[in-house]
Amino acid sequence: MELEVPLKTETACFHCGNTCEETLWLDDKTFCCFGCKTVYEILHANDLCEYYALDQNAGIQVKDVSEDAYAYLDKPEIRRKLVAFDVDDFVRVKFYVPAIHCVSCIWLLENLQKLNPGVLKSEVNFARKTVEIDFTPSRVKLSEVARLLASLGYEPKINLANEVSATTSATIDRSLLIKLAVAGFCFGNVMLFSFPEYLGLDHNDYALQRIFSFLNIALSIPVLIYSGYDYFLACYRSLRERQINIDVPIAVGLIALFARSTWDIVTATGPGYLDSFTGLVFFLLIGRWFQGKTYESLAFDRDFKSYFPLAVQRLSDDEWTPVIIYELAKGDHIRVRNLEIVPADSVLIEGEALIDYSFVTGESKPVSAVQGDVVYAGGRLIGKPVELVVQKKTSQSHLTSLWNNDAFQKSSESKYRKTIDRAARRFTWAVLGIAVLTAMYWFLADPSRMWLVLTSVLMVACPCALALSAPFTYGSMLRVFGKHHFYLKNADIIERLATVDAVVFDKTGTVTHGDQPDIHFVGRPLSENEKAVVKQLTGFSTHPLSTLINKSIRKADTPPGISGFRELPGKGLEGRSQGHHYKLGSALFVGASSDREAGSVVYLSIDDVVVGYYSISTALREGLKPMLARLGKRFVALLSGDNDSDRSRMEKLFGGGVPMFFNQSPHDKLEYIRNLQSSGKRVLMVGDGLNDSGAIKQSDVGIAVTDDTGVFTPACDAILHGSRVGSLDKFIAMAKIASRILKTGFVISFTYNAIALSFAVSGFLTPLVAAILMPLSSISVVGFTSLAVSFMAKRKNL
Amino acid sequence: MGIIVLLIGISITIALVFLGIFLWNMRSGQYEDTYTPSVRMLFDDKTKSKKNEPARADQKV
Repeated sequence: MELEVPLKTETACFHCGNTCEETLWLDDKTFCCFGCKTVYEILHANDLCEYYALDQNAGIQVKDVSEDAYAYLDKPEIRRKLVAFDVDDFVRVKFYVPAIHCVSCIWLLENLQKLNPGVLKSEVNFARKTVEIDFTPSRVKLSEVARLLASLGYEPKINLANEVSATTSATIDRSLLIKLAVAGFCFGNVMLFSFPEYLGLDHNDYALQRIFSFLNIALSIPVLIYSGYDYFLACYRSLRERQINIDVPIAVGLIALFARSTWDIVTATGPGYLDSFTGLVFFLLIGRWFQGKTYESLAFDRDFKSYFPLAVQRLSDDEWTPVIIYELAKGDHIRVRNLEIVPADSVLIEGEALIDYSFVTGESKPVSAVQGDVVYAGGRLIGKPVELVVQKKTSQSHLTSLWNNDAFQKSSESKYRKTIDRAARRFTWAVLGIAVLTAMYWFLADPSRMWLVLTSVLMVACPCALALSAPFTYGSMLRVFGKHHFYLKNADIIERLATVDAVVFDKTGTVTHGDQPDIHFVGRPLSENEKAVVKQLTGFSTHPLSTLINKSIRKADTPPGISGFRELPGKGLEGRSQGHHYKLGSALFVGASSDREAGSVVYLSIDDVVVGYYSISTALREGLKPMLARLGKRFVALLSGDNDSDRSRMEKLFGGGVPMFFNQSPHDKLEYIRNLQSSGKRVLMVGDGLNDSGAIKQSDVGIAVTDDTGVFTPACDAILHGSRVGSLDKFIAMAKIASRILKTGFVISFTYNAIALSFAVSGFLTPLVAAILMPLSSISVVGFTSLAVSFMAKRKNL
Repeated sequence: MGIIVLLIGISITIALVFLGIFLWNMRSGQYEDTYTPSVRMLFDDKTKSKKNEPARADQKV
């Protein structure tokens, strides 16, 4: 519906700008719903209407916020996790508010103190979409602050796990930047003081040269002690664990460079290599910063914890109190509200409920449950609140048992990191061997130069270009992928993606659209008037299928009147309009002969004559067929949790010979992947929904397809936007290219080291050579990898 | 000769002052969000907004 141009008669909501279905009027202004109107009233009463002047229709459509939706925030253990600063009369809390999008948002959120006197000050960080609120706890509770935000349409997203990691990563980033700034400052000044040396000073300026040299030492000390601290720490740690990783030669090289330069300067035997030394640290830190930046922009750590509700209402002493879901015990009496997730397997004790299990089974059709039925964890309630009795603790319910499967503890250790460490280990031993041999040679040939040559060899062994090539190659690759809505959890996945030789697809939500159902009417064409009646009839009903049909019909200018509306649960709807009797529902209800799956078909009869049916099926994604053709033999199978009503359509798409499995339980899928792997395949699983979670985790690379990255994604290695499923083969090809580019980068880096080493061994390593060679090797490797990635991406039409 | 040493001393001092300012900015979090402050300074004071609001809001309807 959103794609249609709004008709002239339709009005835009003054608050949120959405088209008004039923217009509400207040002060000559139009509103689409009570929520928007309420926000306007709040703002108007508090003299905050400038909100609307800053940006037109800035508001966000408000969802109903129940009184105690955030009550769990007042529990001390939850509160402690969220609050940054907490004393008797002052509390500081930071909320992540994804809805922040414009100038008006900033303005309103920074004027919260006008809406609630308990709020002292609020400050928005637009880039991070956070709002930091200082308030007086005696006047307003944390839950009330959260509800205030939600009631204005700025629903805070509360995630206890992320809240902690977000703050720590920010401080790490900041200290790295300061280190980088110090290194850059010292590098620049050392370069300036080294210029006279390169240009050649005559003997008259000898004193000046000495001053410059000692200034260089002074400038290098903060670089050594402060900026390079992380490398020495990592070196110390790896030595303590009796392992040699890439930081060891770097640290040894840095120390050798600094020690030898200082020795040269103090003994007045040479100008030293401090410009190379500071430059080296500077470039190493840039590499590290770039790496961190790239990962941060792509970071997502959404696992089931961030999706499950943090607390649920439990009945204790005749009172509903919020309780953390992990504290739920068998027999607890809980209440779940509209759109909340059932936290544990429970029995419905009163009334009836519609449960949407799409996160569990991938089936988007809600299941109805009546009194005494078991409702499983992970189902989402649709409709009015229900009361349940917990049957199993959350950690034991079948969903978490799937999450707790061994597949979930897949080691996240980076393979490329291991490759580099292995290379560094060999490299270090080789360098040590060469250094010893060189020392022996010079001891025999010219003992006075032995120590100088030895330090030169150790110095150029510093594999900085090697350290940079991986983060830059994978960093640029992650950026290219991110630009095409393919988000990887970490760079290691590129490596795994490159080796994939079997691809398994899920059906619902992966091959087909999860949320854009294909609805068409089969039968005699309906007149505009008849369509309008159907639209209005379905509008009276809250049944999910009615909603879908309702959405698919364009709104008529003059809605026809309807009388005698009746909804028969489980059967259908009926009503009279303009003297005709309309019936909409199952085949039995309407009186048609059923020859198709009942669930996805809604029959329509007018005056007891069946005129046709609405066929509701999920549409196929675009670009699948050519992509499958390009994947060729690597495509292995289709696994679906649904029934096989779609088999013929899938066969047309995938071709006849492909194995297809329907009615697969999450465990079946996981087993299938495991069997493939035990036959030596490296499996890429493409799926969505929680029911694939086990399979996605078990696979070598698990990709979750989603149409909205902001909504839900199960724990997986990568998130792919639904519109890009057709480019999957290109992503795999690019991952292969990435490892080739990385190898080339290694070769370039080794070549530089070999050249520098040959200079060092023969005793010709002058400061000039070191100054040119070291940064040049880093820059050329970084430049090569970044350019190669973007060039190849262009060639692959990505 | 002597003057060069003096000049270098001055230039390093000035450079160090700039580095110090940068580190101070960095630590006080001025680089965390470069967008919001640029907008915040343009917000009118409360008394002013009261007068202007109805006229401007009406134009938008």
